[in-house]
Formats: sequence, structure tokens, C-alpha cells
Amino acid sequence: MNEAIDDPIKVTAAEGERLHISGLFVGFVSGLPQLVFPLVAAVFGVRETKNPALIPIVIAAVLILSLFFRWLAWLRFRYHVGDHDIRVEKGILSRTARSIPYERIQDVSIEQKPLARMMGLGEVKFETGSGDGDDAKLSFVTLEEANRLRALIRSRKAGAVVAQEDPQAAETEDDETIFAMDGKRVFILGLYSFSLVIFAVLGGLAQQFDFLLPFDVWDFKRWVGLAEESGVSVDKINGVGMAAQFILAFGAFTSLIFIGFATGVARTLLREHGFRLTQTSKGFRRRRGLLTLTDVVMPAHRVQAAVVQTGPIRKWRGWHSLKFVSLAQDSKEESNYVAAPFATLDEVWRIAQAAKIDAPDGDERLRRGSARYWIIQLLLLGPPILVAMAALVIFADASFIRTTLLLLLLVFAAIMFWLDWRRYRFGLDDQQLYLQRGWWQQQLTIAPQVKVQSIEIAQGPLARRLGLASLKFGIAGGTLEMIALPLTTARAIRDAVMRKVATVDYSAINQSH
Amino acid sequence: MTDDNPPDLTPLDPAFVTTTRIVTALGLLPFVIGAGALEIAKLLPPGSFIVPTLLLYAFIAFTVPARKYRRWGYDMGVDRLRIVRGYLFYRDTIVPFGRIQHIDVDQGPIDRRYGLATLTVHTAGNHNSTVALPGLAHADALAMREAIRAAIRQDAL
Repeated sequence: MNEAIDDPIKVTAAEGERLHISGLFVGFVSGLPQLVFPLVAAVFGVRETKNPALIPIVIAAVLILSLFFRWLAWLRFRYHVGDHDIRVEKGILSRTARSIPYERIQDVSIEQKPLARMMGLGEVKFETGSGDGDDAKLSFVTLEEANRLRALIRSRKAGAVVAQEDPQAAETEDDETIFAMDGKRVFILGLYSFSLVIFAVLGGLAQQFDFLLPFDVWDFKRWVGLAEESGVSVDKINGVGMAAQFILAFGAFTSLIFIGFATGVARTLLREHGFRLTQTSKGFRRRRGLLTLTDVVMPAHRVQAAVVQTGPIRKWRGWHSLKFVSLAQDSKEESNYVAAPFATLDEVWRIAQAAKIDAPDGDERLRRGSARYWIIQLLLLGPPILVAMAALVIFADASFIRTTLLLLLLVFAAIMFWLDWRRYRFGLDDQQLYLQRGWWQQQLTIAPQVKVQSIEIAQGPLARRLGLASLKFGIAGGTLEMIALPLTTARAIRDAVMRKVATVDYSAINQSH
Repeated sequence: MTDDNPPDLTPLDPAFVTTTRIVTALGLLPFVIGAGALEIAKLLPPGSFIVPTLLLYAFIAFTVPARKYRRWGYDMGVDRLRIVRGYLFYRDTIVPFGRIQHIDVDQGPIDRRYGLATLTVHTAGNHNSTVALPGLAHADALAMREAIRAAIRQDAL
């Protein structure tokens, strides 16, 4: 990263500000699940003494102790917004003093979990470029303070010093909505997000906590017994004949489908409700969420590449998603900044344009990969399968006709390789690199050439035989690898991109140019 | 592909062959000891473990490093560093000075004995976030670091 330029000034956060006291309560409540194990342990310990009256006392003691330490931590936590950096001092016994220079702050995000939202509080997170993610967090401050801090940091980063008493200064500037999703669209996205994950979760929970249940979940006979108790005879189900069994199976299947869609809609609604992407003078600002509201800002100059994704059905209906690649992480699950989860291509290109990434305009000379690359991989699969067939016939006395079924594997692989080859394209124009791949999860990556950090031509033993190479571009926060191109093409592309790259200093990826 | 590498690639310091030999020999020593132990246990006719092991050991520790050395090369350009390596798995990497975030010069104990060092440049990209160039004379590595730093500073102005 770029060197810190400003001298550390002897400012301590000692006279800085405290977090909001109500945050203590929010933290305490949301931290309760962590107390379950100490509580259980304490209760078990007390049970040994054969004095049940102690149990509530112990529980109260654990809770009070926890609250006490949270209060101590609150007492010892100060933050100070200085001229050059934000300082945070914390720690009950071992003290930590951290300074975050404004130049290094990439993102200021405000998160409001349900409880905090009810109390008008927010959690402010400062993110810098460092990989570990745990940079600094103020949990919790009032929402006005959170907005004030963000406005302040934005203006400090820009070099101007805004009066601190003007909290709405940066909020009310040219906040222009460039993409939003209404309830109907969120609902349709939910339908596309069909998911049976709930069964995995329930199964996992049942396995984790089955010691708490009064019976064994996996005991089939027990379920049969339960059914009989409530008047359903299993023999009767077995005896109702084909048609009825078919209807039962159909019912089960339908409810499975319904649950899958319902899960998708519910999860999507929770995450994407009220999705709004606005463009400010600094970059993008995205607000979304039903219960947990998130509000994340992404400076436009930090966008390293754009990824447009779709699937066969989505594409047929004209839906795409747009993500921006950058060094900062969006959330734990998504490393890229979701700019539009569900949009038409027109909308996608309009947003990309705001990040100075252009739609492919037909000038990018998209090319297919050399088919030999896929054919050779398929041929390599042949010998192991033939050997397996021979082994089955000779050693396991399997009938020859049956072992030919193994050849279906080869057919399946051939179809997969063919689909992969058919969808794969690479190309470049004067400004950007293009890479398209995937037939199920279809992905188009567009990266401005000036944002390439390094270029590598790689050749494995097979590729050399075929005269092919792959071309790997280092992108901050993402990958872009062109495969199956002739070595001469790879060299030509590399030279073309290097001419673009070497003319611009872009090592300071966090600064605007 | 070595044939169509431009001839202007700079080779590494010849001492790189020696240091690689020492490192490989030390690293593979446990296998030789293992073969010796099996030999002493007299499971098979004499020499059936130790002879092939020693032959392989000599090949990997003595011949391979010399070949490896021939496949390495680098080129310090005005605005870029190019590193070429490998035969079976050939890699040809270019890092523009303008994209280098920071630079390390490392020296291990064996390197120090032979006056060698490894130059590592760090970029912001996920792929090739560190690119290492081993087997440089220590003074060369330091000079390259200074040259890259100067180039970066000039760019930034």
C-alpha cells in the first residue's frame, strides 16, 4: 500500500468520545447466546452441591459479571476524530491504541441490526486495505453520530475540512438514485433463488442438538409408532395402492418445491428489501435489508473490474446481476460489491458506465478458445475409464455389456467440455479486457487494462505440446485468466496490455486519479 | 519454449546452482536415511533399496538444480520486471514497476554464505500478489530494489 505520508502527531484519544451508553445494552443482549455455555457449565457445577436454590443466584451472577465487564470495556473505550486520522483506544488491562489515517480508509459502513435500529443506534465500521478485515469498529453510536462520522471522513479524504457541526453535509449532496428494486422485483429474484438449504440447516440442527430431544430423531420405528398413535396406520399407507401412493408422493414433492421457493423468497426479501444504489460525487452508495439495514459506500475509482452474471433461465427472461471487483470485501459471503443483484442489461451497463466501465460495443474482437485444449482433456479421461472397465471384467467378473455403462461418464464429460468450450470467449479492445465463461453460471468479466497489476504467460507440459498457453492477469480483488490461446496470441495480448499499463502509475490503487 | 525467449534475459548468479543443490540435498536427506534403515533391516537382497535411492538422490540433488538454473531468467526493463522460469511448468511474468506495492530482499543462511539474495515484489493483484526472483547476487538485488523504488517515486511525482 502507499506509504503513510502524514507524521504521527501526539494526539491521544484520551480526551476523545465514548460510545453511546445504550450500546452497552444492545451488545449485552446480542451477546447472550455466547453466555449459554458458561451458564450451562455453571448450572452443572452448582448441581453437584445439591443445593438448587443456588442455581438462579449463579445465573444472575454470570449475567451481572458479563454486564460489568462490558461496562468496564465501555469505560475504557474512546475514539477521537483527529485532523489526520481516527484514533481508537481500548482494552481493560492491555491497552490498544490504533491510528487509522484517513488516506487508508477505504470504506465507512453503517450497519443497523434490528435491536440497534429500535434504539436508534448504528455500528460504524472503518475498512482499510489490509487483508484481515478487523480494522476498527464503533459499536454502537447514535445514528446521527454515525452519519456525521461518515460525512466527516469522506470530506477529510477529499482534503477539505467540513465543519463538524454539519452532519448532513455529505448526505444531502448529489445523491442520485441509479438503480433500485421494488417489491415485485425482489419477489421475482426470490423465486430465482430457489433453495432447499433449510433442510440442510434443520438436519444439521437436529444432529447438533439431538441430545436435547426426548427421542431419537433418526429412529424410523419411533416415527411409525407416533403415526400409529395418532391413528394413521402405516400398513394402511402401504396398502392403499399405487394411485394413492402416487398422490402422496406428488404431495410431498409439491410441498418440497413450495418450501424451496418460500425459502428463496424469504431469504432474498431479508437481504435485498428496499435495494437502492445511489451515485454520489465520491462513488456508489448501496442501501438494502429488511431487518438488518446495511449502507455501504464504494468509491468509483476503486472498482477494478465488473462481473456480469446470469444463468440460462435468467438470461432467457433478460435478468442479469452486476458486481464490482475491488480489494474491500462486501460481506463475509460476497467478496465483490453487489451493485445490482437483478437487473436488465440496459440497467447493468448504465451502472457500469458510472464506474467508467463500458459495455462491449462489438469492437472487442471476442474469440473462442482453441478446441484442442478441451479435446485433449477429454482424451486423457479415456485411458483411466478403459482401465477401470478392463479391471472390472477381469477381476470382478462383471459382464462386459454392463461395464460399457462406464462409457456414459465419457459422454457426460464430453457434453460438459463442449458446453464449456461453446460459452468461453476472450478478447480485448483498446481499453478493456473481456472474459466470458460458464454455461450454467454465465459470467462476463470486464476489466480496464490500466488496472492490471501483473501479467503472466503460463504453459503446462500438455499445453506446450499443443502450442497453447494461458494468460493470467493480476487484478486487485479478483482473477482474470484467459485459457486455451495460441502462444503467439498470448504474447500479442500481453504486449498490447503492457503498453497501456506501463504508461499509468496505478500502484496507489486506493487513490483517485 | 526456451528457444524463442529473447536472448536478452539475464541469467541468475551461478552460485544459485550450488545453493539449490545444498538445499535440495538437505531436504531429501531423510529419504536416504530411510532407505539406509530399510537396507539394514535386510528385507530384500542387499542394495535393492539404497542403490536406486542414491541414484535418484544424486540426479535430483546434483543434475536438476543445474537444469533449473538454465530455465531461470529475468529482465530489468525501464518500467517493468520480467521473470521467466520453469520448463515443464513454464511461467513468464511481467510486473510493471508502477504496480509494485512494496519490495523485499530476503537472505537465508545458505544464501548468505554464498552472497545471494531473493528479491520479492508485491502487487495488489490476487494472482501473483508476490513474485519472487531468487539467486541474485546480494548487491544486485539491493541495486534492483533501489532502481525499482526510484522508478516508483518518479512515477508518483
